[in-house]
Amino acid sequence: MPEPIILRCRVNGTSKTELITPNRSLLDLLREDMGYTGSKHGCDVGDCGACTVRLNGAPVLACITLAASAEGKSIQTIEGVAQREPSIVQQCFHEHVAAQCGYCTPGIVLVLEALFEEQPDPGEEEIRRILGSNICRCTGYTKILSAAIDARERRNGRPAKPPEPTFARDL
Amino acid sequence: MSAKGSSAKIDGLDKITGRALFTDDMSRPGMLHGAFLRSPHAHARIVSIDTTPALSMEGVHAVLVGEDLPVNYGVIPVAMDEHALAVGKVRFVGEEVACVAAVDRATAVRAARSIVVEYEVLEAVLSIEDAMNPDKPILHEGRRKASNVLRRVRQRYGDADAGFEAADVILEAEYDYPGSTHVALETQVALAEVTADGLLSLYSSTQIPHYLHRILGRVLQRRMQDIRVIKPHVGAGYGGKSDPFANEICAAALAIQTGRPIKIILDREEVFYAHRGRHRTKMWLKMGITKDGKITAADFKAWAEGGAYASYGVVTAYYFGVFLPLPYVLDNWRFESHRCYTNHPPCGPKRGHGAIQPRFALEQHLDRLALAIGMSPAKLRSINSVQPETETSNGLRITSVALNECIEAVVKASGFEEKMGKLPPNRGIGIAASAYMCGALHAIYASELPQSAVQICADRSGRIAIFSGTADIGQGSNHMLAQIVADTVGIESRDCRVLEADTDFTPVDLGSYSSRVTFFAGNAAVRAAEKLKAAIEQTLCKRWEVDAVRFEGGQIHGGMNAEGEPIVASFAQAVEWAEQEHGTLGFTGYYTPPKIGSRFRRQSVGPSPAYSFTAQVAEVEVDPETGIVKVLDVWCAHDCGKALNPIIVEGQLEGCVYMGVGEAILEDHNFTGPMSRRGPLHKSASILEYKIPTLHETPNIHSILVESMDKEGPRGAKEAGEGPQLPTVPAIANAIFDAVGVRMETAPFTPDLVLTAIERKARRDAKEAR
Repeated sequence: MPEPIILRCRVNGTSKTELITPNRSLLDLLREDMGYTGSKHGCDVGDCGACTVRLNGAPVLACITLAASAEGKSIQTIEGVAQREPSIVQQCFHEHVAAQCGYCTPGIVLVLEALFEEQPDPGEEEIRRILGSNICRCTGYTKILSAAIDARERRNGRPAKPPEPTFARDL
Repeated sequence: MSAKGSSAKIDGLDKITGRALFTDDMSRPGMLHGAFLRSPHAHARIVSIDTTPALSMEGVHAVLVGEDLPVNYGVIPVAMDEHALAVGKVRFVGEEVACVAAVDRATAVRAARSIVVEYEVLEAVLSIEDAMNPDKPILHEGRRKASNVLRRVRQRYGDADAGFEAADVILEAEYDYPGSTHVALETQVALAEVTADGLLSLYSSTQIPHYLHRILGRVLQRRMQDIRVIKPHVGAGYGGKSDPFANEICAAALAIQTGRPIKIILDREEVFYAHRGRHRTKMWLKMGITKDGKITAADFKAWAEGGAYASYGVVTAYYFGVFLPLPYVLDNWRFESHRCYTNHPPCGPKRGHGAIQPRFALEQHLDRLALAIGMSPAKLRSINSVQPETETSNGLRITSVALNECIEAVVKASGFEEKMGKLPPNRGIGIAASAYMCGALHAIYASELPQSAVQICADRSGRIAIFSGTADIGQGSNHMLAQIVADTVGIESRDCRVLEADTDFTPVDLGSYSSRVTFFAGNAAVRAAEKLKAAIEQTLCKRWEVDAVRFEGGQIHGGMNAEGEPIVASFAQAVEWAEQEHGTLGFTGYYTPPKIGSRFRRQSVGPSPAYSFTAQVAEVEVDPETGIVKVLDVWCAHDCGKALNPIIVEGQLEGCVYMGVGEAILEDHNFTGPMSRRGPLHKSASILEYKIPTLHETPNIHSILVESMDKEGPRGAKEAGEGPQLPTVPAIANAIFDAVGVRMETAPFTPDLVLTAIERKARRDAKEAR
């Protein structure tokens, strides 16, 4: 058993000091040691994106990131996104019903939060490119994409693009 | 409420903010972790198992082997051929042989690997041909007939031979549909604990809390009232969590044995071996048609490779036939299906269970026949559609049908008639249609008991508590229940709380399978809510001395008083007055499907109280150099009866089309062959290798909702969670034919298959030209 090491980092704005084994994954640190269970195990090999968190702002796959690599850095999990109220991205996901089972949702929300912070007004092609990183098995990505586009509009002060179901009688 | 009656789900924000608890998010003080030792052989007799190396490891609390859980089980009572841990024999690579409980997962995994098992390796049965060969070894000894065929079904309706006589065109072809698996992002996980009062609680990622409850009682030989099954949030199922699993039974047994809580989670690779997905199926279809497009006869044979255990396989064998003709009228036909045992992981139900394979064959066949008689494939489908309020040749009672509206909608929205045969080279468009059930008339455990029940309680706080045994696995059944109850009494859905899937507190519902929940539990909720409404109505009419009241916007309205002022009370106030008059307000509603007589007594698998209908058009682009198929657009029109919550229904359509696209172009649940050195291993037991579509492989999906207002559905509703997947694969196959002129009789349409077909066609064309 390797010697434990001391890890100092910030999680959702709070300073943390943890004693960890050097091979501890960032996902296990967050879920098991700290109780941030919003990040999920989907594959444990970096295929699905359900474990995505932000490390110094950038999305990382927590299941294949060593906890030790967070030394001195700042981590944001899904629990740190909503401040009193859900973020615009979260509100759009809610209104578009972009979460069915909800297992992939925290990871995708964090990917979009990171995107919009870096590029406040990305084109649809850029949003599509970025969303290719995460697997959702329920929604066919349709509502995720429409929620992301709606969020981009609202974050930029433009009118909302609410979902508009189509009925045959309207055709 | 937002656009057109849609509302966001009551549990949406919990999921989006990471608060929703899934089973793996839960833990208990002193909790142990479990891990399995699995079989490295496809077929072998267990000679001996030595667990002492594991038991002597520090941190190991207990080890279970097959003999510790000797009672057989299975989800279908007529085919209970499973044990949580192999007894006597192993029948597939990956089968559970022993289970270790230890202080942490890593120790449990290490300990499981240290167990020594001596096997006597047997010849493996690895294909449909092997399974049908009487000279091959038998997987399950002791069955009435020594055979690897779990079930053969043969049915005939009308006179198929006379039907073929009446045909102008007769066509025969073979089709081969691949196996595929669910890949729900949450893997199977169970947490068991026994409290000091002797109650065993099992939290699990299950679609079937009630059947799990029964099976735990049977296998553990424990009274059902001493077992509590709870389903927390589930990271989806698509049919993959519809069986009792070894991790659930072993967690329960180990919690009893050790007195400690225990969690057993499967890793991703283990889920690929747990499987219970789509059956690889070989099919042969012969159909006849008149030159004006009337289908006159069909003859169908199907052989399904089922893997090592029965699961729902008996049902699969029947569904192949029941869902072959629907959504069309077919009076003269016969079918024969075989569901076989092989030494692969067991198959089971996946979205569109038993209907996906026959649709793949029949919808491509219809396109060929349309071409042969020079008729639009859309029109051919329309003129053969079943009609409302009729009975099919195989005794299915048909009520609401809006198939032709679905076909018209997708044809119009896609420009199908203008595009077919006229798109630029290598672009193509195709159509397909389908029907699916809204739950089964006959329960798995035959009885006349309610198949779904809902209890509701209202009190002076103004909120309504809803208790239901249903299993929300992401499809939104909790919201459906809340919305039905809320709409009935004119309040917001978020003022309803749903407690679901806790066998100690919620009335029985049979589970989330066969697209039954909205129809069955929805009807139960309507009935409970109407009773509550009637009680409040009675109190207010008496108090206000009016004949009628109206429930709207969180208030009850009683018209105007003598002074011309509105008579109105808040919902909470109205409930308080009703509580004063009636006492505590609690009501139940239940649903038992109607007794529908059939001419065919044996027809107990397949009939449903109602059927949904779907039409789809797919547009594709095929790269003739690489064989890569890009699905560009799919238009999906679905007759869901009534869209209770349009945006949630749309989400189901989109999810179905997506899953169909994966099965069409990417997914193949396949194994290395008998010659492979390490036995039949899964060829792609990871999300990356198995290749499920990302956003980049997903087409633009255009959903169109069609409402037929089913007279027995809750507020007119029918299913939307499975039926819309049925036409996707054949619509894409038909589009590929339109694009490059090749018939894809085998799926998935991978680049190598498509390229081979294109090259074969080029050689054929060249030969004909000479």
